[in-house]
Amino acid sequence: MNKKTPVIEMRDMTKVFPGVIANDHINLAVYEGEVLGLLGENGAGKSVLMSVLYGLYPPTEGEIFVRGKQVDITEPKVAIEHGIGMVHQHFMLVPPFTVAENIILGSEPRTGAGTLDIAKAAEDIKALSEKYNLEVDPYAKIEDISVGMAQRVEILKTMYRGAQVLILDEPTAVLTPQEIKGLFKIMRNLTESGVPVIFISHKLKELMEICDRVTVIRRGKMIGTIGIEDASPQVLASMMVGRDVVLEVDKEAGHPKEVTLDVKNIHAVDQNGLPVLNGVSFQVRAGEIVGIAGVAGNGQSELIEVITGLHKAKSGAVQLMGETITNHSAKQIIHGGIATIPEDRHHRGLILDFSIADNGVLGSHDQPPFARWIRRNFDAIKDYADEFIQEFDVRTPNQEALVRNLSGGNQQKVIIAREIGREPNLLIAAQPTRGVDVGAIEFIHKRIIEQRDAGKAVLVISNELDEVMGLSDRILVMFHGEIVGEIPGEEATEDELGLYMAGAKRNTPPSQGGETK
Amino acid sequence: MDVLLSVLSVSLFASTIRAATPLMLAALGGIFSERSGIVNIALEGIMLAGAFFAMMISYFGAQMGFPPLVSAAAGLVGAIIFGFLISMIHALVSIRFQADQVVSGVAINILAVGLTGFLLQFIFKTSGNSPSVPSLPAMPIPLLSKIPVLGDIFFNQSPIVYIALLAVPLSAFVLFRTPLGLRIRAVGEHPKAADTVGINVFKLRYLGVGLSGILGGLGGAYLSIGQLNIFTEGMTNGRGYIALAAVIFGKWNPWGALGACLLFGFADAIQISLQNAGVNIPSDFLLMLPYILTLIALAGFIGRSRPPAAAGAPYEK
Repeated sequence: MNKKTPVIEMRDMTKVFPGVIANDHINLAVYEGEVLGLLGENGAGKSVLMSVLYGLYPPTEGEIFVRGKQVDITEPKVAIEHGIGMVHQHFMLVPPFTVAENIILGSEPRTGAGTLDIAKAAEDIKALSEKYNLEVDPYAKIEDISVGMAQRVEILKTMYRGAQVLILDEPTAVLTPQEIKGLFKIMRNLTESGVPVIFISHKLKELMEICDRVTVIRRGKMIGTIGIEDASPQVLASMMVGRDVVLEVDKEAGHPKEVTLDVKNIHAVDQNGLPVLNGVSFQVRAGEIVGIAGVAGNGQSELIEVITGLHKAKSGAVQLMGETITNHSAKQIIHGGIATIPEDRHHRGLILDFSIADNGVLGSHDQPPFARWIRRNFDAIKDYADEFIQEFDVRTPNQEALVRNLSGGNQQKVIIAREIGREPNLLIAAQPTRGVDVGAIEFIHKRIIEQRDAGKAVLVISNELDEVMGLSDRILVMFHGEIVGEIPGEEATEDELGLYMAGAKRNTPPSQGGETK
Repeated sequence: MDVLLSVLSVSLFASTIRAATPLMLAALGGIFSERSGIVNIALEGIMLAGAFFAMMISYFGAQMGFPPLVSAAAGLVGAIIFGFLISMIHALVSIRFQADQVVSGVAINILAVGLTGFLLQFIFKTSGNSPSVPSLPAMPIPLLSKIPVLGDIFFNQSPIVYIALLAVPLSAFVLFRTPLGLRIRAVGEHPKAADTVGINVFKLRYLGVGLSGILGGLGGAYLSIGQLNIFTEGMTNGRGYIALAAVIFGKWNPWGALGACLLFGFADAIQISLQNAGVNIPSDFLLMLPYILTLIALAGFIGRSRPPAAAGAPYEK
């Protein structure tokens, strides 16, 4: 294969941002007919490398070749002209526009009079979607379609512009297992019809399944390219992290005791008055980890918000250790014994421009020993910070450092230290390892299991199926604001969970009406 | 009741159209600007500047001995040019330097009040009112103006009224039927998405703001040399803000804005008619009418209307 000219080749690619070398002499080549994996931890420089290729950043050094010819890619327009198509991690689709409008944007077909020719666009899109087996409805609005279809729209967008190579940046993060299979099929179709794919991911299983070769980068440096026949998840993981890592979550069976959290028939609506929770009931016992799986946007976020007092329930009840706390204030709930690792650490978990020490006491900042009457006790705050920085291995020069300057994994450790430090009865961990690298994931999982073994009730909500399956003693699946499946942790398989997640299967009784009994 | 009936006349509707014209022009400008992602509170100042420079150029045209119509037409062109130039200050500050768009707009509005007041004093040695200048009088359109009722309401007006009425369908056409319109809207909704398909976000935002300068300047010119033949200090009297309310009220759609402007224009016209008819309501209350309607519109009693998602947010590459 290597005798052929690569479709795209990057040689000695270097990108320096002020103070950071994001890419350090990286070599990458993708050949016709293959899926090339690009593997690295968060912040390793994968996205930067691809952004350079797509003309979003100018390279500091290095050359790009398209079918053997050196090119200067100064802006996305030039990349598109050279047949490079990219599907970004966060979709680049305009929500109120239709599928067709999004696909043609920037390369619009025109009628003789110079107006938009939407009919022609729809026709072209139909032809393309048949050719590559990418089913979409040209006249549907993006805001109304599923994530899976939005992704097909993104792929069609590149094909419409005549892409000869497709870059997919972490495309599976938002998909169900079934949708991921669908995507892999699409990727094979593409490579067979002459469009090679660069697949950016840090999910080892997926890379093993779909790639022909994998290029690994670590902290901006090229580690190497390995043929899939020589690779294994373990090999890829140690290439990515630079040491051996434990991939499986290691835990004993749980010993559930009394009911700690009792959620009864919760109904809630969003700010537009549309139902988001339609009768959710479940319990979490002391000494067990209950995991909630589901495709993002099926009510998981609202459920946590209702339990933690950030979103009003319309009806139903939340009880903690037998005491009703429905719609109590967040402060009352924290003091009542619920600690939460929120799903969006920047939005809800941290104040980025506060120091580690200050972030470490948020929520307890007005309680002794961190405050005396109206005065903050800085000595106590500092001592506490030094303690948890040590214990949770937060990599920072000191506790005065702003949280903004920490890596994602270290930011997450600050939150976890703070929340576990409350010594709660119930720990809620929402997306506890989102955007956190493999090494930190291992650490965080260990801490969560420790909490269970110490007799706390733990509720884990995650979009990562592996995480839910690895951690949970019991798995609940949410779909359209309801719990549609309950499966013991050790019996769950990815395929089965996927069916529940897609709403194709259900093993719980249908929920009751909107009023509490 | 009799009084109310007596004010409901053809002339009331004709004056509704006149009152709505400057609002319409400014509102269309606001739509282009906000659809491209730039909030343009500076419309008020742009209109004021347009009103002043239209008067000033018309004045100098007459001084140089040009016929009144030519002078007034030159005034109109001048209003467009100066409206555009002032809008470019806003564009530069909010697009290039990524400053807060509301702060920039407010600054321009204050600047426009000061600048026009100063120039009035400096050039014409007067304050309050300018001397009278040639204006653009009503130009009845042959045949159409003879249609009973409608002729007097729509076709016996100043040319600027015709421009405003034509600008509505034209704007709607550009925004919703052309590739350019699709791109303007994309840039206001999701600039990054537009950028990744090779669309120049900055260029389109300059265009959106520039159009608001041209249209706002025209709207201002109508106040000084369309409706009247003088410039008065502060003569826009909040019309730029009312036009922005009409943008929201009309859900960022030219036709919707037209409806909103007609409503505000009607409130203004009826307020004048009622005063003239000697209705026993303090005139201060009647004067408030258009502004109260504006408040109601802004408070969102009209149902939720969704602004372009990226309006107000500077775009960084």
